[in-house]
Amino acid sequence: MATLDLAGIRKSFGPVEVLHGVDLAVRDGEMIVIVGASGCGKSTLLRIVAGLERPSGGRVVIGGRDVTALEPAERDIAMVFQNYALYPHMTVAQNMGYGLRIRGLPRAEIARRVGEAAALLGIEALLDRRPRQLSGGQRQRVAMGRAIVREPKLFLFDEPLSNLDAKLRVQMRAEIRRLQKRLGVTSLFVTHDQVEAMTLGDRLVVMHQGHAAQVATPMEVFERPADTYVAGFIGSPAMNVLAGRLAEGGRAVALAAGPVIRFADGPRPGAEGEPLTIGIRPEHLRPDPAGLPLALELVEPLGSETVLHGRLPGGEALVVKLAGAAPREGVLPIALPPEALHVFQAGSGKRLDPAPPA
Amino acid sequence: MERKTVFEGKLLPCLLVAPQLLVTILFFFWPAGQAVWFAFLRQDAFGIRTSFVGLENFQDLFADPLYLETLRNTLVFAAGVSLIALTVALLLAVMADRQIRGAGLYRILLVWPYAIAPAVAAVLWIFLFHPQIGLLGRALNEAGLPFDYKLNGTQAMLVVILAAAWKQVSYNFIFFLAGLQSIPKSVLEAAAIDGARPAYRFWTVTFPLLSPTTFFLLVVNLVYAFFETFGVIDALTKGGPARATETLIYRAYIDGRVNLDLGMSSAQSVVLMLVVILLTAVQFRFIERRVHY
Ligand SMILES: Nc1ncnc2c1ncn2[C@@H]1O[C@H](COP(=O)(O)OP(=O)(O)O)[C@@H](O)[C@H]1O
Ligand SMILES: [Mg+2]
Repeated sequence: MATLDLAGIRKSFGPVEVLHGVDLAVRDGEMIVIVGASGCGKSTLLRIVAGLERPSGGRVVIGGRDVTALEPAERDIAMVFQNYALYPHMTVAQNMGYGLRIRGLPRAEIARRVGEAAALLGIEALLDRRPRQLSGGQRQRVAMGRAIVREPKLFLFDEPLSNLDAKLRVQMRAEIRRLQKRLGVTSLFVTHDQVEAMTLGDRLVVMHQGHAAQVATPMEVFERPADTYVAGFIGSPAMNVLAGRLAEGGRAVALAAGPVIRFADGPRPGAEGEPLTIGIRPEHLRPDPAGLPLALELVEPLGSETVLHGRLPGGEALVVKLAGAAPREGVLPIALPPEALHVFQAGSGKRLDPAPPA
Repeated sequence: MERKTVFEGKLLPCLLVAPQLLVTILFFFWPAGQAVWFAFLRQDAFGIRTSFVGLENFQDLFADPLYLETLRNTLVFAAGVSLIALTVALLLAVMADRQIRGAGLYRILLVWPYAIAPAVAAVLWIFLFHPQIGLLGRALNEAGLPFDYKLNGTQAMLVVILAAAWKQVSYNFIFFLAGLQSIPKSVLEAAAIDGARPAYRFWTVTFPLLSPTTFFLLVVNLVYAFFETFGVIDALTKGGPARATETLIYRAYIDGRVNLDLGMSSAQSVVLMLVVILLTAVQFRFIERRVHY
């Protein structure tokens, strides 16, 4: 068990820089989920922590020790791969005991620890089988077991659930979380699935094109996204974005779609007429006879809720999620509650919070 | 989906396979059958009378200490060739696998020996090992190490083993490289994270995962050493000095073509045929049962 500190991690493959300086401080026993679209550099970051890739810049510090120059073998970490990467020619027991054998533990001790881990994962009956005789879920457990028996300082997971079917994925997700809490091992978990990220992480790192766009708890990321990318990435259906300009000396936004809405939480700094991006989640919109007319284009009834796709006057698309049933077509007046607005600078996409009271 | 073309009638399909069958029968089954038949015959010294002698040729063969000597030579030769060809090829393949980007030229250079005719290859080795004109041979002699593979049997054996192995390295290399590249990278990375150093990783993960390839190549190399090295030996040592490099295949040729003892030569051919059938059978048995990782 240990802390993990990443300072200014950069990585280039040839002329292409894929990580542009990532900083992260992970507390002892914390579960950090690195989430982002495919190709944003999640795996690369994880592999740098593992020592499988050398960073082009920056430092990796595990438990206070700078391991940047060390081989994977010297870092005392364990990793669960997406394709499990079990040793095909070894039995489950040998797979799990491989790392212990390298450390020169006595045979009896290896057997005891493998047995314990197998019991924890419910795979005692599989110990004599070979990987190709196992189902996907069982392989997943063995890969977990191989990580657990070593009692490493750090667990690294690279999309370990993405090869499982939907039902098993939910089950294994809960199991990994339970196990991680129980063992208290500091963990990094990479995924592109926002539901996995929200349910698993103590904190999330939302990655975007080689940057850490936001590092925060799941609720914080959801309630106060740091920029328009994070806002659009977390939440389903995605947050609506509308164009607007700063008005009334910073106290309101004049939406391109028409109305001027006063900020519920105070005035924003900036020049009058500065372009803004306004975000609002589909579930925070509600029908209101005095609202904006939304011309419906597509209605998706999902049983307990309904998702409406439509256009505002001016042509901007808007998605609304309503509880219960809704009209199938026509025009529905929609209110934008001021307290649900997220305000971003239009150019940088950064969140624009109210100016602190002077 | 695989599509099967179906021919009407029987005549056309028969006609289409006929050339292939004809060649096989004419150049393989016919001489092979003849050899089996000759193995049970004996001719007098002038080739005038031929009589059926049953298994006598085989009895004579295995009672002949020189034949047993040849058998021993063959085993040493085959073991040497296979061991060297496999080890060197594996080493080169591991190196190529690490640096696969620059491997294009490397691979072409390595595959070359396979395309060179045995006699031409042998000339290259003569230029290398000949005690007077050979690069290495002369250097050894000048350095005070007496080297003459035309006089020293052990040295002769070493030279033919090296020459024969060199030709087989390319073939082995291709298969080893393909085998190495089919091992998932993440498995080796998992081993690295588990704490395995490169050498340990090689012996506990890479090598076991290569074992189907290795076994396949071992059989191929043995068959090569037993049956396809006539050219190398003929060009380099002609079985000498004092029969030190005479292998089964070379002796069968000498007895048949030079000594004109068709009965003995045929009996030897039959023994060789049995060996090849045995090796092939082992191969097939193994491939059927072989573990697919
Ligand atoms: N070994 C490599 N060589 C060159 N480019 C690479 C290599 N590994 C990853 N990349 C590139 O780096 C970027 C990030 O990759 P990766 O970390 O695997 O993304 P993610 O795991 O978030 O999907 C991608 O554009 C990918 O093409
Ligand atoms: Mg990835």
